[in-house]
Formats: sequence, structure tokens, C-alpha cells
Amino acid sequence: MLKKIRVTLSVIIVALITLYFLDFRGFLPEGLKFLTEIQFIPALLSLNAIVLIALLLLTLLFGRVYCSSICPMGIYQDFTAWLSKKYSKKKRYNYSKAKNILRWSVLGATVVAFIASLNFLVGLLDPYGAYGRIATHIFKPAYLAGNNLLETIFTSFGNYSFYKVSIYTLSVSSMIIALITLLVIGYLAWKGGRTYCNTICPVGTTLGFFSKYSLFKVQFVNEKCNMCGLCSMKCKASCIDSKNKDIDYSRCVTCFNCIEVCKRDAMKYNITDFSKVKESLLPKSKKQVSAISPETSVNSVNESKRRFLSATLVTSLAASRLLAQQVSGDILPKRELKRQIPIAPPGALSFDHLREKCISCHLCVSKCPSRVIKPALLEYGLSGIMQPKLYFDRGFCNYDCTVCGDVCPTGAILPLTVEEKNHTQMGKVQFIKENCIVYYDETSCGACSEHCPTQAVHMVPYKDHLTIPETDQSICVGCGGCEYVCPAIPYKAIYVEGLDIHNTIEIKHEEVEEIVIDDFGF
Amino acid sequence: MKTEKSKKLNIMDRRKFLRSVALTGAAITTMKDADAMSILSQSFQTSNATAKYDLVAVMGGEPEAMFRKAIEEMGGMKNFINKGDKVCIKPNIGWDQPVEMAANTNPKLVAEIIKHCFEAGASEVRVFDHTCDDWRKSYANSGIEEAAKRAGAEVLPAHQESYYKTVSIPKGRNLKSAKIHQAIVDSDKWINVPVLKNHGGAQLTISMKNYMGIVWDRGFFHANDLQQCIADICTYEKRPILNIVDAYRLMKTSGPRGKSLSDVVLSKGLFMSQDIVAVDTAAANFFNQAREMPLENVAHIAKAQQLGLGTMELDKLNIRRVRI
Repeated sequence: MLKKIRVTLSVIIVALITLYFLDFRGFLPEGLKFLTEIQFIPALLSLNAIVLIALLLLTLLFGRVYCSSICPMGIYQDFTAWLSKKYSKKKRYNYSKAKNILRWSVLGATVVAFIASLNFLVGLLDPYGAYGRIATHIFKPAYLAGNNLLETIFTSFGNYSFYKVSIYTLSVSSMIIALITLLVIGYLAWKGGRTYCNTICPVGTTLGFFSKYSLFKVQFVNEKCNMCGLCSMKCKASCIDSKNKDIDYSRCVTCFNCIEVCKRDAMKYNITDFSKVKESLLPKSKKQVSAISPETSVNSVNESKRRFLSATLVTSLAASRLLAQQVSGDILPKRELKRQIPIAPPGALSFDHLREKCISCHLCVSKCPSRVIKPALLEYGLSGIMQPKLYFDRGFCNYDCTVCGDVCPTGAILPLTVEEKNHTQMGKVQFIKENCIVYYDETSCGACSEHCPTQAVHMVPYKDHLTIPETDQSICVGCGGCEYVCPAIPYKAIYVEGLDIHNTIEIKHEEVEEIVIDDFGF
Repeated sequence: MKTEKSKKLNIMDRRKFLRSVALTGAAITTMKDADAMSILSQSFQTSNATAKYDLVAVMGGEPEAMFRKAIEEMGGMKNFINKGDKVCIKPNIGWDQPVEMAANTNPKLVAEIIKHCFEAGASEVRVFDHTCDDWRKSYANSGIEEAAKRAGAEVLPAHQESYYKTVSIPKGRNLKSAKIHQAIVDSDKWINVPVLKNHGGAQLTISMKNYMGIVWDRGFFHANDLQQCIADICTYEKRPILNIVDAYRLMKTSGPRGKSLSDVVLSKGLFMSQDIVAVDTAAANFFNQAREMPLENVAHIAKAQQLGLGTMELDKLNIRRVRI
């Protein structure tokens, strides 16, 4: 019964969270966002105290329910292990000793990386973030291919409920990382169940620490048990030592497989008898304090982190400037100018803020309706690998769209109202006259100004009856409409340069003139 | 005959598609059928009708009322559409802007035209535009998707190259071929329904500029003398049976997207003609009252006249002016 509840809950949660990542047509209610907000690391980063306390309480009451039924990566491993059992019926697990040194070293390294602002490592190991990347880079292309197949079938019958979508790789590196994660964790799960959760996963180690003291636990009923060892063989966490009737609760993910399989009803999920446990608990209480302290220091971002960040930024900027100077010795009239500073999504506030908060789950990448967000490589520096940046090769940021901030579960991209978004400057327009068609060919164009929502790019009179772009950086939001659409070849004549700290622009309010037209005019 | 042909092609598509799936796996599937489709670019006599007037101009009413008046003066939609015709309507749905901004054709006008098409016996009416802003948002927020669907039309996507077919433009000067949306290529009749707006590059966007929403590669236009290419694309042999210019609101400045309501004038006008040069000339003169706009600046109009697409000499035309 308990297992059935666990399996049902897990299947529902993993299905919904996966579909939430894949759904590109807004079929699913926006409220499903809560499934990403109740994940441990996102809650920690967004300082969501309610969720954090709730998760800790849940663990202290019932054990690692989070790992069992809420974490999508955990459920993915259960699915893989279940498949492996379908493949070979003889499959059995064995009790193994806890790899405590490895577990705590990984957790320690993660905390250090976090403090040192190497969020890349945190994002790499966080099970939710890793699952998000798998959904975005592996599952989504397949989902889109399925959509296109249905589109072909339905359209051939004159039904237009589906529309085609293009499928392409946003970032080869992120896709490879997602694929490796999928395969490695899948392999571990196929071989030995919840190996990742109990040796590597920093969330697993943290919650495992608390689950040792949980109120409800799976326990042996001594008088009924004949030590047949079935429970050990079924334990995907390899945490039941049936010979000694001992369970390592730091690794138990409360899957209830042992209870289900026991033929003698010798396994019970029950309130812990604390009188028995007390002795074993006491000496460990000191450890508890020391283990929590690194986490509290996580929340208060320290000065050294800031310094480290700005140092990376300054050096990376300086280096790229130096590179650019070498290029600008060109004598050709047309110039190639590449973006020196990346463009962070609206609501990211600053590169510092983004780097501190983002774990690269790529939900924004997947959800952006204009598909202009992609994972960065080294543009934000080492710590910002895989974090989202805007690019305008295939589209531009819709002026009234606020989706990325609305979906971000960690607060790396803060939610903006349409009004706020309309005034957020994430980059500044740069016009290169010598590349412009109006200057070069002396023919009309104006594609850039056409797309400009604030008319930061506007057309002013030029030779004959022509008009040429003129820019006003003070009202540019950096949406990239101009850059995307500029038809100049081989180099674009207009592009957006990013800003490491976003600005708020002021748009002059223009009075509506009363113009009455009461004649045809011809 | 034509349906059979397209059915055959659809089967070919599916085969091709399945083969590509088998070859590359489910990950990458793209449909490049445009070249195969080019044989379908048939030539058409656009209209069997002789309208009572060369041009009808209406002022002072709501969009639907002005249209009803104009089409009545033109002898009714039956004059242009035969029973069973597959009709395509091409409004301007370029931008993620609300109706009040006049960045897109008025949805009420689009719905009314659809109604008249069905009343005249059209077997189906399709509506689409190759948008500039995100197409889902533009279709929804312009109000056109909902209005058109409610009027019984099919609203087709146009955001992928595979929806377009290559056709040759033999009379074009700079533009010799273009990829045109299959809804136009496959239709029996099509109606061009632009909105009157200022345009940063072309100066004005009216009926001719609205053609840029039926083609895939707009960048080519901008890169190869925009004004000439606009005139060139209008020589595509399948001409609209009617050009209906929505000037209920006009965008006088910051076009074609617009930034605030101060760009918009409630002008309550509508112009209808089979002569695309004449209707754009008339609409440009109308616009000139809101903001000075010399015709020579809107160079594509004169270029189209040179290509023999119509006349700018409104005095020589039989024009009906109606005030409501």
C-alpha cells in the first residue's frame, strides 16, 4: 500500500515536471511552476524559507520522501532500475557499506564551490538542474520531432491543430553534458539502484543526514524476521544489512520495497522508539551543528565572492577587448564587430546576481517562446558555464514577454511585470554605419527601425528620399530585434552589446495629438 | 485535378519524411519540399469580374459598415468570387500589438470580409501572415486569429520555410523568384487586406508592402533595393482579386510597429480597388492629411506603375467616394 502510494505520486510528479519542461504551447497550467519551486536547491537559492523548512520537516518526519517522490532525477533512476529488472529477472541488490568519505567530500566540495561562486559545479550535481538539462536538451528535441510528425499527419487531413517547429541544438556543450549525465546516472541506476543519490548527490547527502533522525522509519520487527535477506535484495539503496537487522537511514529513500517484498510482515514503517536510539544519537549531536554551519554561511554572500567575480569579469573583458583591437586594424570599409559582453535575460539584474543564483536547469531556455535564450559557454566566465544568455541568430526578445522570469525557480531571473520589462535595459544598440545597406547601396531598408519597440533605432532623412538609422542608446532595451533582422552581409550593421548590470530606461510620454481627417485627400 | 496533385505530393512528403526519420533518427526532422513544389506554381487569371468602379473610397463608419458599403458599390463579393472557390485572405498581422495601435489590420474588417466570401459561395477561406514579432503572440494579440476563426476561416501558420513554395517572378527587375506561402499559391482567389501605416524603410506600408507578408525571405528585399523589390513581388502572376486598405486607424509615426497611442490617428477610412497602384496612391494621399508624405518618397508606388501594375493618375479613374 505504502509503495503504491509512493509509486503513484512519483509517476505523477515526474510526468508533470517533464511535460512542464516540454510543453511549448501553453497547454499546461502555469501553476505547475510550483513543482520546480519545491525542489531543494532552487528553494535554497531563492531563499524560499517556507519550502526549505517544509522539506526539512518532511525529512525529519518521514525520511527522504523528497528523494523518493519529488526529485525528478530520483524518479528517473527508479524508472531505469525498474527497466533493468524487466530485462533480467534475477536482478538483485546487496547491502554495501556507506561511502561516507566520498559523500561528504562531494558535499563539501559543492559547498566550497558555491561559496567560491563556481556555481557551475553546483548546477552540474544538483539533481533537479541536471534533470532539467536532460529534459531540455534530450527529451525536448524528441518531443518536437513527435509534434512535427503529428503535424504532418494531421495537416495532410486538413486539420491544423498542430504546427511545425524547427528543431536545432542550442548548445552542443550543454547537450553533451546532459547526455553524459543521463547515461552515467542511468548506468549507475541500472547496475545498482540509487547509487548516485547515496554517493554523489549533495542533496541526498544533506537530506540523508536529517533522515537519520526522522520520526517515521522503516524498521525490523525482530520477532517475525527470519533473516531471509529478501529485503536486502530488494533495497535499491543497498542500505539494509539483514544479517545484523540494521538499516542505514541516511541512505534509505523510503521506497517501501522492503515492506512490500517481506513475506513475514517483518518490516514496518513506524514511529521510531527514541528510547532505543537516544544513546546512539547523543555523541552525534555535535556533528549535526558542524554540518549545518556551512549551509548557513552559504546564505550570507561574502565579500570575497564578489571580489572573485569582479576580478574574473574584468580580466575576461580586458582579454576580449585586446582580441578585438587586433581585428580592428582592418582596412575594409565593412567592419565585423562581435558582441564583447553577453546579454543576460531580462530580470537577471546583473551578471553577479545571475551567477550566484542560477544552477542552469535551462527551464528558461526551454520555455522562451522566441527561443532566444541559450546556455553560455565562457562568456560569463568559468562560474557561468551553461547559464542563460540571449542570442539573436534565430529571433529576438519579445518586448511584452516576461516568461523567463515567470518560470525561473531559483530567482536568478526575477519575475518582471510587462511594465517593468518594457523599461529594462539588458543591452545597448550599436550601429555600424559603414555596414549599413542605406549607406553602402544607397537604397531603402529600415528593417532595424521597423522592429524597434521604443524607436531607439529610428530613421532620419538621408540623401535624396532615403532615410538612415539613427540610434538613441538611452531608450534601448537590448531586445535584439534590430540585430536579428538586419539584412546586411557579410556583417550586420547593427547589434546589441550586453550590460553587466541592467539599467532602467525612461521613456518619454508623448501626448496624443488630436488629428481630424475629414476629407479623402485626393 | 489540383487536389489530386497535391494529395500525391503529400504522400511523397510523408514517404520522404519517414525515410528521413529512418535515416537520421527521430531527433532531426526537417521538411524541405519547396523545390519539389515549384511545379505547382500555376498561372492564374485573377478575376473574371469587371467592377462598377475602378476604386471605392469610404469614410466615417465602423470597419464592417465601411466594407459593406464599399463591396456593395463594387457590385458585391459575388462579382469576384465563384461558387466553390478556395479563398485566401492576407491581412497584416505583423506585430504583437493590440487593435488600438493599428499595427495590424482591424480584426472586425477581416471577419466581415470572410463572411462575405462565404456568402458568395467560397468553399474555404484561409488567413495567414508571415509575422515579424513572435507569430503566436501576433496572431493572438492582434485579435485576428480569434475573429477569423469565429467567422469560419482557417488560420494557418507561416513561421516556417516549409510552408512556402518557390515561384518565379519573370517580370521582376531585382527579384526573379520568391518563396510564397502555399495558402496563396494553392488558392483560387486571394484578397489583400493591409492596414495604412508609416514605415521607417518604405515610408508607407499599404497594399504593395503587405505582399512582404506572403514571402519567406524578406531579408533579400531589404538587401536588394527594398522599394524595387516591393514593386517586383507585385508582378507575381496571381494578383489579388481585391485590395482593401484598412484606414479605420492609421499609424502616422514610428511605423510599422508603433510605440504608443500618440502614433495613431482614428481616421475612419477604407479604400478598395483591383488596381494596386491606384489604391495605394489614394491611401497615400489620405495619409498625407495626417502627416506630410510626398508620393515620390514612397518610391515603390511609382516603380510599380513603371512595371505596368496600375496607374497613379487617379483623375483618369472612375472613383466612387462615399461618406457614412
